[in-house]
Amino acid sequence: MSNKNWPLWEVFIRSKSGLHHLHAGSLHAADADMALANARDVYTRRNEGVSIWVVESKNIVANDPSKSEEFFEPASDKVYRHPTFYEMPDELSHI
Amino acid sequence: MKNKIAKYLIQLGDNCLILGQRLGELCGHGPALEIDIALTNISLDLLGQTRAYFQYAAEMSDDFDNEDQIAFLRKSSDYRNCHLTELPNTDFAHTIIRQFLFDQYHQLLLTDLMNSNDEKLKAIATKSIKEVNYHLRFSKDWVIRLGDGTETSKVKMQEALNTVWRYTEELLRPSELDIEMEGLGIGTNPDQLKEEYFEKVKSVLQFATLEIPENKFFGKGGKEGVHTEHFGYILSDLQYMQRTYPNQQW
Amino acid sequence: MDAFEKVFEAKLEAEEKIEPKDWMPEKYRKTLIRQISQHAHSEIVGMLPEGNWITRAPSLRRKVALLAKVQDEAGHGLYLYSAAETLGVERATLLDQLHEGKAKYSSIFNYPTVSWADIGAIGWLVDGAAIMNQVMLTRASYGPYARAMVRICKEESFHQRQGYEIMMTLSNGSEEQKAMAQDALDRWWWPSLMMFGPSDKESTHSAQSMAWKIKRKSNDDLRQQFVDVSVPQAEYLGLKIPDDKLKWNEERGHYDFGEIDWDEFWNVIKGNGPCNEERLAARVKAHEEGEWVRDAALAYAEKHSNKQKVEA
Repeated sequence: MSNKNWPLWEVFIRSKSGLHHLHAGSLHAADADMALANARDVYTRRNEGVSIWVVESKNIVANDPSKSEEFFEPASDKVYRHPTFYEMPDELSHI
Repeated sequence: MKNKIAKYLIQLGDNCLILGQRLGELCGHGPALEIDIALTNISLDLLGQTRAYFQYAAEMSDDFDNEDQIAFLRKSSDYRNCHLTELPNTDFAHTIIRQFLFDQYHQLLLTDLMNSNDEKLKAIATKSIKEVNYHLRFSKDWVIRLGDGTETSKVKMQEALNTVWRYTEELLRPSELDIEMEGLGIGTNPDQLKEEYFEKVKSVLQFATLEIPENKFFGKGGKEGVHTEHFGYILSDLQYMQRTYPNQQW
Repeated sequence: MDAFEKVFEAKLEAEEKIEPKDWMPEKYRKTLIRQISQHAHSEIVGMLPEGNWITRAPSLRRKVALLAKVQDEAGHGLYLYSAAETLGVERATLLDQLHEGKAKYSSIFNYPTVSWADIGAIGWLVDGAAIMNQVMLTRASYGPYARAMVRICKEESFHQRQGYEIMMTLSNGSEEQKAMAQDALDRWWWPSLMMFGPSDKESTHSAQSMAWKIKRKSNDDLRQQFVDVSVPQAEYLGLKIPDDKLKWNEERGHYDFGEIDWDEFWNVIKGNGPCNEERLAARVKAHEEGEWVRDAALAYAEKHSNKQKVEA
């Protein structure tokens, strides 16, 4: 008997062509082929997808939430990146 | 003639019905949640195919009015499924070997039926082949995985193969009806699939590092209505409600 | 209260979700693991009483609907185990707890399904009660749990209809069928009310779970809501709910109903229900018999890990 379990995989599904793949959930599988098959069987039972990505969970790199202030807040005052920062006369259109 | 076609459709549907029923027994008892869900998907596909065949058969038949009469109200000797589909879910090895040996046959059969000159049958085959291609991929992958997995799994798979192997030839043995339907351009004579079937099956089994068993005896009789001992028990579950409470709507 | 805890409390206050890597109090984590895994166990144990009737379903249409429904429960168990895993506990560990009898699951599944009408009653009442609870949980404070619940609620919407349609067909059928439907209602009504858990006075975990916004409504409130919606549904079927004290209370704007048999409730929870042993034994058997399959798949994957062959 082995004490090892099937690793965890994250599943991303494109619901129709033209859209991004979105995280649908996770599952266990022994290898990539199985992960893909399991994802199809578990997460597209109701016609939810046209394309599936699977990636082993341990391969996902994430930022540290305790440092999210330095990570994200510097972007919050860059108002000049947004179109509303610039004043345009009302009578002008198509801009 | 219409009645003959109905009989042929019933013969095709019976394999799907009985194997679908067998897989249905496993729902909730699989070796892992993911496998449980996958096997149920296969069962649902097969039962969906059964309904397509039987609904069409009910239109063509002199003897039946609807799919449920065909599925639930025949005598054992009127079911025409092959013995392979009746075999019990002894363990996952038997289940997956049975599935693979059926799927490979099923895929070749449907590929041929996609050329049927009966438009409705052709449409059923064209829809079903997509499902069955996936079934085959699933069962083939698992046969290889478990054959070439651990020592234990190899032994279990070899034992299962030795038991189930003798039921393969019946799949490819034509009934009189098969031959007649093939002559009319409606159906398939499974004898034509035999060579390709064994070639493909053997190649997968080699990948799985399993040995092809030598069997002197091949099971037969299903297509003539003579079934294994398991079959009566399948029917007693399948028909329980319809027999206990006849002529009611459910 | 330290800085981390302040951030946590502020998020709860602002109805922001707590996500897996966010700081959370250890007790919050433990409560979630307990609740989510109990919920997951309930889904997979819940497959058994209904799965029981897959082979005996009376028509092909009913057979595929039931099969799809029971399969959904496997899916829901899977989503929930996944949500629990984001809290740092493996599914295998949670399953061990179930198999060793250390974890709880919904007691309703320890009652037997003895007739086809039970499949109708379970869909209508048990799924009806479950949905009420689950809709509330889509607003739970823990992100992965709430998201799993959204998916589950979407998928469950056909389950209750499937059950109610069976009850309607039986109620409009022969005398024999009507009797079958009434008998099922008689047996499933009280256990369904018990699904909402002990009364608020007796519930040990409720208050804290409400404060943490894991639970958003009390057991008694949900139970009352369930009674209120179920009574007219039973009337429509022409069936009688087995409670002599059931009566509309104009003043409260709710139905009054009789007292639950709390002795039975606690007994079933303690493992003395009619099918506790069978249910657990069936799960243990499936798990143990599946071990060689899981091991072999892993061994194969390790052997062939260099090949990376993914067919299109």
